[in-house]
Amino acid sequence: MNGCAAQLNQARLTALGSGALWWADQSLLCVSDLHLGKSDRMARRTGVQVPPYDTRDTLLRLSQDLDRTAPRTVVCLGDSFDDLAAAGALSEDNRLWITKLQAGRKWIWIEGNHDPGSIDLGGTHMDSYTLAGITFRHIANPDERDEISGHYHPKVQVALRGRVISRAAFLMDSLRLIMPAYGTYTGGLRTTDPVITALMASDATAIMTGPVPHRVPMPR
Amino acid sequence: MVQLPQRFHDWFATKGWAVHPHQQAMLDRAADPALLLIAPTGGGKTLAGFLPTLADLATSPHDGIHTLYISPLKALAADIKRNLSTPIAQMGLDIRVEDRTGDTPASRKRRQRADPPHILLTTPESLALLTSFDDAPRMFRGLKRVIVDEIHALAESKRGDQLFLALARLQTLCPDMKRVGLSATVEDPAAIAHVLARHPDPCDILLADPGPAPDIQMLTTDEAPPWSGSGGKYAIPAVLEEIKKHKTTLIFHNTRAQAELYFHNIWLANEDALPIGIHHGSLDKVQREKVEQAMVRGDLRAIVCTGSLDLGIDWGDVDLVIQIGAPKNVKRLVQRIGRANHRYNAPSKALLVPANRFEVVECVAALDAVREGQLDGEPRSPGPRDVLCQHILITACAGPFDADTLFAEIKSVGAYSALSRADFDDCLDFCATGGYALRAYDQWKRLLQRPDGTWQLRDPRATQNIRMNIGTIQDTDTLKVRMKRARGGKPLGEIEEGFAATLTPGDTFLIGGQIVRYEGLREMTVEVSRDKGKKPKIATFMGTKFATSTQLSERILHKFQQDTWPDLPGHTAEWLALQRKVSRLPEPGRLLIESFPHDGRAHTAVYGFAGRNAMQTLGLLLTKRMEELGLNPLGFLATDYAILIWGLDPVTDPAPLFDIDALRDGLDTWLAGNAVMKRTFRASATIAGLIQRNTPQQKKSGRQATFSSDILYDTLHKYDPDHVMMHITREEAMKGLIDFNRIEDMVARVGGRIDLIAHKRVTPLAAPLFLEVGRVPVKGMAEEKLLAEEAARLMATAGLPPITS
Repeated sequence: MNGCAAQLNQARLTALGSGALWWADQSLLCVSDLHLGKSDRMARRTGVQVPPYDTRDTLLRLSQDLDRTAPRTVVCLGDSFDDLAAAGALSEDNRLWITKLQAGRKWIWIEGNHDPGSIDLGGTHMDSYTLAGITFRHIANPDERDEISGHYHPKVQVALRGRVISRAAFLMDSLRLIMPAYGTYTGGLRTTDPVITALMASDATAIMTGPVPHRVPMPR
Repeated sequence: MVQLPQRFHDWFATKGWAVHPHQQAMLDRAADPALLLIAPTGGGKTLAGFLPTLADLATSPHDGIHTLYISPLKALAADIKRNLSTPIAQMGLDIRVEDRTGDTPASRKRRQRADPPHILLTTPESLALLTSFDDAPRMFRGLKRVIVDEIHALAESKRGDQLFLALARLQTLCPDMKRVGLSATVEDPAAIAHVLARHPDPCDILLADPGPAPDIQMLTTDEAPPWSGSGGKYAIPAVLEEIKKHKTTLIFHNTRAQAELYFHNIWLANEDALPIGIHHGSLDKVQREKVEQAMVRGDLRAIVCTGSLDLGIDWGDVDLVIQIGAPKNVKRLVQRIGRANHRYNAPSKALLVPANRFEVVECVAALDAVREGQLDGEPRSPGPRDVLCQHILITACAGPFDADTLFAEIKSVGAYSALSRADFDDCLDFCATGGYALRAYDQWKRLLQRPDGTWQLRDPRATQNIRMNIGTIQDTDTLKVRMKRARGGKPLGEIEEGFAATLTPGDTFLIGGQIVRYEGLREMTVEVSRDKGKKPKIATFMGTKFATSTQLSERILHKFQQDTWPDLPGHTAEWLALQRKVSRLPEPGRLLIESFPHDGRAHTAVYGFAGRNAMQTLGLLLTKRMEELGLNPLGFLATDYAILIWGLDPVTDPAPLFDIDALRDGLDTWLAGNAVMKRTFRASATIAGLIQRNTPQQKKSGRQATFSSDILYDTLHKYDPDHVMMHITREEAMKGLIDFNRIEDMVARVGGRIDLIAHKRVTPLAAPLFLEVGRVPVKGMAEEKLLAEEAARLMATAGLPPITS
């Protein structure tokens, strides 16, 4: 598996280069911040019409990860839809595609700040989900531990002999793991932002996504 | 001959001036629909443009706006306002002059729309914004004349394209509007006249007396210039001597980074503490204005500067211009020389300082061209369609429009006179629906067609977004730099985000001539502290590196053909003679390639003389071809005149490498994933309104939630490669950074006449190439490999265990 090993409490996890998290012992795949329908929402709200292929591309990458890992459980860690109207405006093709991806497995939609209500799609809607001592929720709770969350879209920049590489990244310390955004049209927040430095311990590391995931000390 | 009113004659007489012949000619021809005046700096050009306006307003009262003046610089508009106020006040004329730029307070802007002045001074962006309001017909009612200043600078840029589209709009509102263009000396006045006039109306050209020939020489120094580099540091003692001999000297550099480094170095050598300042576009506005004021007061003996001082603001008594590094372009050189001696009929004085041995040849070739009055220029390409898309959106802001009428109006703009209806329709469709193969936005169209066939914005609130994003100037992502203080320290200027990202706390760099230490990033501002160190890291300011013009490249090739070089300094003549002895010199109409081993690698030097951008592209294409032919190239380096390629195997048969069809095929596949394309896409998509630089939401939250434009490019490339934005990107990239036209010209010029010289060691002409910077590795998994090394190093440094994947 093209991934980087990550341990949270007793859970042995694998951070995939695609931005998905694989928990082999539980046969669970977690993705965060899909932001499906983002282009639709942008057109609706600002009039700007970005290429309307983001939902298709995000689902394509997700289906590839599902093919590779064949999980029994899928957790979408919130902000799966850019807003509830965008969820409602999904094309029939994409709706069918999601249904096909859900076939034969347990599918959990964690609610996020962008999609705080239920949507007209199969799967279970939850505020948070706990399995084998690990809690999945959208926004990290600073008072909790053994927690996997999303929301911040962390990204990391590394300077290499005159060029700068910037990639979405997993962040982790001994208490929590924060997922990168999986959606095709998602920006990132640098780990130097005070919101993130306040949340992560001083020995936190980051795993940069990409063709080969790389682990670096979290820049702060 | 049109007579000036008596009080004008009296006023001229009190100044001891006479009306220049070209000023009289402008008066006589005030009724021409379009007129282009070409006059040297200091020739009373601006007054010539305004005299007909002032004379008309002095004799017949006018209600509302009479003349619109457009300049490329806000500062120039303010400068002109001052210069006009004096004669208006002294002649007791009842004329209101106001400027309107991005700096004008909103309250005054509102008043100007309700009650416009007689003469409004503005910039292309502010004018475009004015035409986007539905009250534009009322505001511009009665407009008689438009004066476009420094039109030579505008005509070469998208700002000019936007301006002339706006003028077409004004011409529809005011059919009798006359157009006047004011230009510095240019190589092809007819081309400028073409963009100025309403197509196909004629536009006559008035040529003012160019004045005496400039006194221009190459600075000779005791020390020979180095073999490579572009700093000109070796000549600093000689330059300081020249500064002492003159009142005020302008020292021009081709890039901001070079200007910073030079300024630092000249102060290290400035034992007499001569007052020397620095001025370039990345410095904070307050800092720049300080330098400008000091200059006008005559407090400075020299200013180290870049193109930011190219345009015609009167900075006081400059009596010497020094150009550091080869000018790359004869026209720009002549215009820069014109910055010295603003007194008509006094020759401008200028010195060229070649930065390296090769530039000696280039400088001498440029001097020959100036003496022969031969300017250079690349042919103007058709008007860019990203600007057209923005214009359509601006038009929609002003109210419903008819597509046929708009198309006809656009075709009256010189740059767009050859625009096809299909290309226009693609742009209109893009503005209306996004233009995607997947018709996803039926419900959220930006423009709707009304029952009568005209087009309007679906959501009238969209005007706010569109207006906030008017303009064609690309600010690369820059971050403000400030001194670290408790309550926000003094702003120093800006650096590129990419450069800032390479800094770690404690690193030092130059800005505004001082060495500062990077302390950290706070709310998108780079905080620094003063540093006493001597060796800074240098800020890599983005910005175009000018490519040597076609004409200058040709001249250099011809210079190589001389039997001896009495016109070159001894060190340079000897170098060329040695090259001719051991190998040969490049010739016009032929292509010289040298092949030699060095440092265990096979090296190939290709002397294409096509200018930096084209040579860079050629380097990428050639290494790709070599890869296909199994020659295992490892990397290359491009300069204005040559490419140096290194790899495992030598080139023995160059002909297949230069097959133009194969190169063109290679271009198509290579282009798709290329960084140049992504950069161009970002610029074009921003202008066309696909990416918004400014949004009201962003202003509110202060944080940018946007994703990178590269993602949009990759998505389009993957799912909709035929989209109009991809076509526009390609069109723009081909004329800009890729410069493939010059490669095609070169291959056509050379035909099959390729000379391959195999040599045992590095040749004299190739030697300086080894010292140049800017090596490009042939990519692949190279980036991943570098990243893996760096990740391991960082983990080890942090004392964290390495993780195996």
